[in-house]
Amino acid sequence: MTKQVFNFKDYIRPRFFPHMWCPGCGHGIVLGALLRAVHELGLDKNEIVMTSGIGCSSRISGYVDFHSLHTIHGRALAFATGVKLSKPNLKAIVPMGDGDALAIGGNHFIHAARRNIDITAIVMNNRIYGMTGGQFSPLSGSGKKATTAPYLTIDRSFDVVELAKSAGATFVARSTVYHATECKDLIKKGISHKGFSLVEILTQCPTYYGRKNKEGDAVQMMESYKANTAKIGSKKLEKDPGLIQRGVFVDNKDIPEYCEAYDKIIETAMKGKA
Amino acid sequence: MKNKNNIRFVQGNEACVEGAIYAGIDFFAGYPITPSTEIAEHLASRLPQKGGKFIQMEDEIASMGAVIGASLTGKKAMTATSGPGFSLKQEALGYACMAEIPCVIANVQRGGPSTGNPTHVSQGDVNQARWGTHGDHAIIALTASNHQDVFKVTVEAFNMAETYRTPVILLLDEVIGHMREKLVIPEQGDIPVVERLRTSVKKGVDYHPYLPREDGRLPMSDFGSEHRYNVTGLFHDMWGFPNNNPQVVSELLRHLVDKIESNVNEISMYKEYWMDDAEYILISYGSSARSAIHMAKNRRSRGVKIGVLELQTLWPFPADMVREKCAGAKAIIVVEMNMGQVVTQVKNAVDNPDNVFLANRVDGELITPSNIKSLLRMIQGKGV
Amino acid sequence: MGKGKTVKHLIDKEWCKGCGICIHFCPKNVLEFDKHDKADAARPEDCIACKLCELRCPDLAIQIIEDQEGENEKQE
Repeated sequence: MTKQVFNFKDYIRPRFFPHMWCPGCGHGIVLGALLRAVHELGLDKNEIVMTSGIGCSSRISGYVDFHSLHTIHGRALAFATGVKLSKPNLKAIVPMGDGDALAIGGNHFIHAARRNIDITAIVMNNRIYGMTGGQFSPLSGSGKKATTAPYLTIDRSFDVVELAKSAGATFVARSTVYHATECKDLIKKGISHKGFSLVEILTQCPTYYGRKNKEGDAVQMMESYKANTAKIGSKKLEKDPGLIQRGVFVDNKDIPEYCEAYDKIIETAMKGKA
Repeated sequence: MKNKNNIRFVQGNEACVEGAIYAGIDFFAGYPITPSTEIAEHLASRLPQKGGKFIQMEDEIASMGAVIGASLTGKKAMTATSGPGFSLKQEALGYACMAEIPCVIANVQRGGPSTGNPTHVSQGDVNQARWGTHGDHAIIALTASNHQDVFKVTVEAFNMAETYRTPVILLLDEVIGHMREKLVIPEQGDIPVVERLRTSVKKGVDYHPYLPREDGRLPMSDFGSEHRYNVTGLFHDMWGFPNNNPQVVSELLRHLVDKIESNVNEISMYKEYWMDDAEYILISYGSSARSAIHMAKNRRSRGVKIGVLELQTLWPFPADMVREKCAGAKAIIVVEMNMGQVVTQVKNAVDNPDNVFLANRVDGELITPSNIKSLLRMIQGKGV
Repeated sequence: MGKGKTVKHLIDKEWCKGCGICIHFCPKNVLEFDKHDKADAARPEDCIACKLCELRCPDLAIQIIEDQEGENEKQE
């Protein structure tokens, strides 16, 4: 067998470790799942461009030994669109935080989905702005505590999966860092999918969200992912339909991918010229 | 050799497109905005004909982001906009300055502030081009007053973007963008085209994307090739990794300024009309320069020793050149369509700032030769 | 447990931030905090190499190396 055993050191820039995330932060689990996904897909490190924005989540791009583009707040998908369209053979992976992806970057999120450009967006949803110290995000939901919501939040939250679905994303999935293997498998599917793929991963921020909202430490927050979520089609979900659903929500292969569609435009334009 | 197929009757925005094609543009991302939209429209048609890519993004910010992303894969990329869009692009523009990513941004100026006067001319974004982003950095901004020159400065904008690894701003204006006149497309080779300087560092050897060579240039490596490095808007080391060591921060900031400011002579493009014995000098640029040249020609025929210095490089401001050219002039009139932006630079540059006057017009109409003539007569003590 | 296998727990104590996720979720109670509050394989012989600790370690600090008996270390 030629398949090499997975060693994350083959895929990271070890001199930046230990990483800057807090003890128990789920982002490192997402990083691990992503690296395993890349390994299992047998991708060449030179063909991956990791584009990120600003926030705790965005630091992930500096840790991986791929081409890495650490951009400005909320705009990672726009930068990645330029990378992907100009060189479609590259794999574009865009890890984002919930504020990065859906507040400041919300417009780019829905339009990348609508365009169906072959980018894998990983929304690392910890329901808080961590880097700036615990302000509420568009995914915090109402009745939560944050430094900017000392009397509880009013704002309702987005459902990222529903948003991506209605924006036209052709692959939509959700997992949690408790379900690390499922998480890896869904990232794999997202990367393999030809078109815009969204993988939402619930990931704990014990430092701010957990502490502010008395949800306990990292371990307790992960236990709650186990308790409060259920796989699509599972008995558990049937019994308690109010649980957060995990799994693949959309996997549509019928919509043309943007770069491939543009290649047809080029064909037409070149004929028209002759 | 005259090739009739190379003669066009076009808008300035189209001349800009032709210049971009000549320079080898591969990628355009934009968002519709008056009065720059024709640049996007023409490139939407022209780029795929040569295998290039055009994309209409969801907003101005996204367009700037996509252009930066495309440039990193080794493509020559540009966007086009006008005032409000130029404001929106500033953060990403600053990113391109910091991360040293070649790209071209055309700003076809309209009246501002805010939504302002979308279908009318202005030159109010000169200072924004220089100071619009936060933090310190230098910038290159070019302009032109006729379509042949629009073509040429567009090619130069791409050339300078590659040479200095920096965004270059093309400050056109509504009159230039929408006016139609003759354009002769130069033969390939008539204007030199600078290609991307790529690293010769071999696979497996440590590549430093942010370590300037002895000549100051920084060879790049395309995303997708064998060198994997980091690009960030944070202060960074020579590998592109975030670093806030005071020495690294200071050296990078100085480099970003010096690589442009110390090459002001190479970057500076200008034209002179009747300057040899000029006692009165008009300094102008863009569509204003057309009126300045017209007026000077007219006065010359009546014996007034008047000349025009037409600036094509506005930033870095060619202060030494302006001082030299203006030495001994009785009066210098800066002709521009704003409340006095280049005039401030000229006053700072010349030996006697009291001899510098502003002929401006800010009502959305093109400044006319008689507008300038009135001011000249006042200075000459002749009355209007 | 872990029939025919020996399992090595490579724990990078520099990278481990002592969050306790691996310890809590280990199905066989193999791991414990050491005196510096870092993860430690206290009962490696009980390990079944499920690798849940490795998968869930947010610090990429744990590697589980399995050696099949009678097989030499073929990877490095």
